[in-house]
Amino acid sequence: MRVGEIVRVSGTVVFGAGIPDIEVGEVVEVGEEKLVGEIIRVFEDSFAAQVYEPTSGLKIGDPIFGTGKKLVAELGPGLLSNIFDGIGRPLEELLRLSGPFISRGIKAYTLPRDKKWEFRPVLKAGVEVGPGDILGTVQETPYLEHKILVPPTKSGVLKEIYEGEFKVDEPIALLETPDGREEKLYMYHDWPVKVARPVARDGRLPPSTPLVTGQRVIDVLFPVAKGGAACIPGGFGTGKTVTLHQLAKWSDTDVVVYVGCGERGNEMSEVLTEFPELKDPRSGRPLMERTVLIANTSNMPVSAREASVYIGITIAEYYRDMGYDVSLMADSTSRWAEAIREISGRLGEMPVERGFPAYLPDKIAEFYERAGRVKVLGRPERIGSVTVVGAVSPPGGDFNEPVTTHTLRFTGVFWALDADLAYSRHFPSINWLKSYSLYADSIIGDYVRIAMERNPRLKEVWPNVEAEYPAYRVEAMNILTNASEVESIAKIIGEKALPDDQRLLLLTNELIKEGLLRQNAFDPVDSYSEPDKSIMILKAIIDFHRMAERLIRDNVPLDRIAELPVVSRLKRVKLDERRFDAVVELIGQMKEELSKVAGEYRVTVTFE
Amino acid sequence: MGLPIKMTDLSGKVYRGIREIKGSLVVLDPIPGVKFDEIIRIRAPDGVDRLGRVIEVSREFVVAQVFGEEAGLQHDAIIKFTGSTFEIPVSDEALGRVFNGRFEPIDGLPPVSSRDYRDINGSPINPSARIYPNDFIQTGISAIDGLLSLVRGQKLPIFSESGLPHNRVAAQIARQATILGKEEQFAIVFAAMGLKHDEAAFFINQFRESGAIDRSVVILNLADDPAIERLLTPRIALTIAEYLAFDLDYHVLAILTDMTNYCEALREISAAREEVPGRGGYPGYMYSDLATIYERAGIVKGRKGSLTQMPILTMPGGDKRHPIPDLTGYITEGQIILSKELHSRGIYPPINVLPSLSRLMRSGIGPGKTRDDHKELSDQLYDAYSRGVKARDLARIVGETGLSDRERLFLKFADLFEKRFVNQGEYENRSIEETLDIGWEVLSILPPEELTRVRESTLEKYYYKAKPPVEV
Repeated sequence: MRVGEIVRVSGTVVFGAGIPDIEVGEVVEVGEEKLVGEIIRVFEDSFAAQVYEPTSGLKIGDPIFGTGKKLVAELGPGLLSNIFDGIGRPLEELLRLSGPFISRGIKAYTLPRDKKWEFRPVLKAGVEVGPGDILGTVQETPYLEHKILVPPTKSGVLKEIYEGEFKVDEPIALLETPDGREEKLYMYHDWPVKVARPVARDGRLPPSTPLVTGQRVIDVLFPVAKGGAACIPGGFGTGKTVTLHQLAKWSDTDVVVYVGCGERGNEMSEVLTEFPELKDPRSGRPLMERTVLIANTSNMPVSAREASVYIGITIAEYYRDMGYDVSLMADSTSRWAEAIREISGRLGEMPVERGFPAYLPDKIAEFYERAGRVKVLGRPERIGSVTVVGAVSPPGGDFNEPVTTHTLRFTGVFWALDADLAYSRHFPSINWLKSYSLYADSIIGDYVRIAMERNPRLKEVWPNVEAEYPAYRVEAMNILTNASEVESIAKIIGEKALPDDQRLLLLTNELIKEGLLRQNAFDPVDSYSEPDKSIMILKAIIDFHRMAERLIRDNVPLDRIAELPVVSRLKRVKLDERRFDAVVELIGQMKEELSKVAGEYRVTVTFE
Repeated sequence: MGLPIKMTDLSGKVYRGIREIKGSLVVLDPIPGVKFDEIIRIRAPDGVDRLGRVIEVSREFVVAQVFGEEAGLQHDAIIKFTGSTFEIPVSDEALGRVFNGRFEPIDGLPPVSSRDYRDINGSPINPSARIYPNDFIQTGISAIDGLLSLVRGQKLPIFSESGLPHNRVAAQIARQATILGKEEQFAIVFAAMGLKHDEAAFFINQFRESGAIDRSVVILNLADDPAIERLLTPRIALTIAEYLAFDLDYHVLAILTDMTNYCEALREISAAREEVPGRGGYPGYMYSDLATIYERAGIVKGRKGSLTQMPILTMPGGDKRHPIPDLTGYITEGQIILSKELHSRGIYPPINVLPSLSRLMRSGIGPGKTRDDHKELSDQLYDAYSRGVKARDLARIVGETGLSDRERLFLKFADLFEKRFVNQGEYENRSIEETLDIGWEVLSILPPEELTRVRESTLEKYYYKAKPPVEV
């Protein structure tokens, strides 16, 4: 055992001396209570550690124990439907050990050691195995089959493999390594959280399919690809957390890792209360069965913020390696960046932008680069993905700050949350003029395909949907952009003074906002919008616009069109329980009403 | 001075000499065994005892932060190390009592005695141990009950400005807050940080008049008390509040005012420590520091009580983006924002509902809790009011005659909403039914096709039956 001693304590940063071979990243145990910490700097004759627990009561001369290990995540069955703290301790276990308040120095394994899992091997003894090969499976939850992998660092000949019920720390196979040693394999292995898990050679694949989130503003206007990365910044009260919860609930991924980093305790409690009750729309199983929660709430130690993000992404990569689609939501990466700033300040480093150290962009880049759609390591060949959605909490809601700007450099989607929209209770408050998606062009075709696959009726009622949908989407974006210009003119001269074609733009703008983009996360029908319904609502509104435009050209007054019942129904059809069918029916009614108006004004026009 | 701290005399091992005095920080020689975060007592030659807290230890020096008056400190002082962090005795004896910012009684009665001492920093609540708050608290104020519902275990701050009646609003809430259909023991913990004497007297009088004083713990750090003690005041208050809530099953409402003064004390210490300043000179860790206060609200499994927090802060310059309201808003579960404009138009309480928010509202309202129409009604009121405010802005440019009929109608709605729904008497205690009915009443001036946030069935049930608006 390598033991040193404390020479200085400054908040969560503890300086020690007396372990000459200590290395950066090594986990240490500090003081008599053995508080967990990690070495962040090594100096000539001393070193600095950030301690993941409160440091009250430490004194000069207290021991520091080197463990020789890096900060690792325990990866194996037992992660799903569980909640862990920033350094991977199961919170339910801490609750059992220390009551409702977390006390210091408690140790607990990430994975339960007493639980037995039914291991079903898929390989036989005698075969040669390499890193990432699937050894067998465990039914981790009724929802997900956990694949037991050969750890990425190991290979050799499988000498023995067992079948039956095992605890995670009981061997399930015996490996003969190339250098002739025998090694036991378990259902779990450790992985250092700050190192990205390797993928197959040339394994990084371009994004090709959307993450279907059921949120129309995202799916239709600013989609994110599976394996992509998205940044969602917004001031407080703009609905970051609700949006992330919506993504965690409804995204069509196999596993969701939700990291609450420096945020509210009640929000984690909300997930814990709600997710076991909610059913995944595809499998019908409780959402909790596909979810892993990491909670380092704002009153838990700051130094564990960074660890919480890395543990989350490592777990995400692990499930990706089984060939699953995983999404990781991190709320909020700003708290993580602030933790980096605080530690950097305590080390006396030179601050650059707003007190952040110069290496902040590197840290952000490293993290988002762990997202991706990849051919994973090992046999049989399989593809998995990690999609990362990072919330950012910019001070004062001002996006021109280091965490937001650096995050935007490394992500492909920007969902800009807007305080004005939030004040009028327009949620999700994603501003359609500022937001963008770099993936849109390469994945919207696939979105239509998914919609048709789930509902063949779509193709019946809109035969050209595949060819026409992209143009509809662009038209909606154009209307929104043009209407914002007209709106600013209306602000000066009043809406009444505008010509009818411009007032129609404002009306359609309103329909898109209300009928398509605004979506109540807590409405039983509309919380999740199926692709076929979303596509159809877009069609209904754009068709309305085209028809109305035609009538106005023939001098039908806009006021006559605006008072039609169909206008307020277009805003409300999203709430109809008959979903897709209701929209189809509404389109029929819309044509009827508009044709009638055309008749009144003797305009000869046919709407197909 | 009868300090209710474990150590009451300077016997035992003491040290002599302060190396350097930098404002409220003192640098001492490295003394073996000094613990990080431990409490020290300093007796200067002026005979006054001061408390201090160790904030850095190293082989070369020890830095401590001194609470109390630094004038009078000199090199030649006696220092006693207590070996423990800042702890206070907790007991229900504290109810009905008044203390200063260090938990010394200032009501002429003896200190609280108890064998049970608690570290004022508390420990974080395990997120798994939390129960998601969902008990509606009726405050009797329509703007809050109808649109920003408060629930038990929530932390909902009031963002105000100097000159606005935030104290009156807070006192009204403390006076009227009830849980529908339940009789349970509740308590108020009131912590004042840098409050003026007359403001503190106002609150104490309010508690006295309403008879709440016997169920209140009052902790006062007034404007002329040492600023540095403000760092202790809210923590002491919350330690008692947690004890009452989680040991003795009380439902506690903790009012913390004014958090702006707290943050300024935090900045002062940070500057004295020569830390890299963040936005506005406030330390970079202010977010985590505030979180260790606000996150102490909640309800936990296996305990019957609850701790609800209502911090009050005055936004410097009325700016919501100032670091203090900004960081607070990121931690708390919503915010109630008071507006100068409404106040000057004579609306009381001058709550600007548009930027205000209660994040936990959804779980506390609806059938069985308030009423089935609550959620939709509140969405609709928000929507209509925000349109009305937009129309009002527009009217300022183009004149009211330049508005379309529709815009003029919404403008009329906004006026009615403020005068009839938001505005109410300081002693008017509206039931939730009254509040919701008034909501439908003001909506009744809008035609049904404008009410797109409400289901048709809800319109049938409430809108068509609403009374016409009372002339105001």
